[in-house]
Amino acid sequence: MTNPSPAIETNIRALGLLSGGLDSTLAARLLMEQGIEVACVNFHTGFCIQSHTGAIRNPKVGASPPRHDALHAAKTLGVKLHMVDISSDYVRIVTNPKHGYGKNLNPCLDCKIFMVAKAWEMAQKLGYHFIFSGEVLGQRPMSQRRDTFPVIDREAGVKGWLLRPLTALRMPETEPERRGWVDRNRLEGFSGRGRKPQMALAKKFALKDYPSPAGGCCFLTDENYTRKLRDLWAYRDNRDYSMDDILLLKAGRHIRPRPHFKLMIGRDQAENQFLSGFRKGRVVIQTVNLAGPLTLMEGDTSSPEDRLLACRIAARYSKGKDMDKVQLKVEHAGVSEIVEVSPLPAHELPDHWHV
Amino acid sequence: MFEFDLRVDACGLLCPMPILKTDQAMASLSGGGKVQLLATDPGIERDLPAWCEINGHTLIALVKKGRTWTAIVEKGL
Repeated sequence: MTNPSPAIETNIRALGLLSGGLDSTLAARLLMEQGIEVACVNFHTGFCIQSHTGAIRNPKVGASPPRHDALHAAKTLGVKLHMVDISSDYVRIVTNPKHGYGKNLNPCLDCKIFMVAKAWEMAQKLGYHFIFSGEVLGQRPMSQRRDTFPVIDREAGVKGWLLRPLTALRMPETEPERRGWVDRNRLEGFSGRGRKPQMALAKKFALKDYPSPAGGCCFLTDENYTRKLRDLWAYRDNRDYSMDDILLLKAGRHIRPRPHFKLMIGRDQAENQFLSGFRKGRVVIQTVNLAGPLTLMEGDTSSPEDRLLACRIAARYSKGKDMDKVQLKVEHAGVSEIVEVSPLPAHELPDHWHV
Repeated sequence: MFEFDLRVDACGLLCPMPILKTDQAMASLSGGGKVQLLATDPGIERDLPAWCEINGHTLIALVKKGRTWTAIVEKGL
């Protein structure tokens, strides 16, 4: 570190929102350069992509195990990371966002306000002087705009105390700058969706191992995922969800042959294993003496006709899809039976059943 | 095998829940206390060592058997 600022003398402490992406990592690093004691917080909403997808599907040969980007960014920075589970509180953000959704079911502005407010609450409790984020003006269409930054600051109750080091030169001065804790001249004025200035800064700080910016971090911005969530809400007549619900939307092939029930069918061994952890309260269908998926049937599963249809669909995705008959084990509420069904032919499974 | 004070069974939970549950368990221990963590999310292989390092805990063991990882973490002083 060079040219220590007054922050070192007064031991100024800042708490940053760290996603583990390049921007939030650079924001932390810029402040550390000024001698500010930095710690970070990462919020678990239940919808984080990076933390789940790699763990559900079969790993690709030679691929590294999945990792939690914020943890590894904190390790690279050498700072403490507070990991906070906000998934319960987050339900109301997802189901009823004051500022609405983005392109899919992403309540980005409400989400940011919620996280900033939480971070500020923690900062005050833990004795940090201010909070910071890696936001860049104009980078995200919903939450990182000139007109939304003041909304975030106002509604999170943090006006003047949230510093955005990467875009600070394009923003009004914040309290940490006014008080001389942070040297504004050593902050940046990045804007827009381009990544070149960030990558140049990363090179300057010798940061190499950061996630791809194209990655997106939230399932709620994913079209396929949100289609499944909309389906769940539509057929339940309400917008509530449990952690099991949102986890199950991430795995398997989802098929809704009737409004009152849905099937979740594993696409590989790892997904079968994953789905197997959600047997409780659902009908479980598995092939006998034949390779095939684990299928979960959810909803009103009481009708024998519906169960038969579910079994025929499950058989269709097994190695016996071209056989006349396939044996399946059907389990529900501690009772199991063996049934024999003819796999459903492809032409009897219309596209619109796929969620 | 290693002795421990608390066991966290995070089998079936996805990252970062195994770490969050370990963190919660650690809160009730004094420095030097040990937690045994059971997990099935492969992310634990990279995440647990990183988490221990930045929080000053010691990862005494991390062993995979079948689909399950067993770890012993000693709380930092």
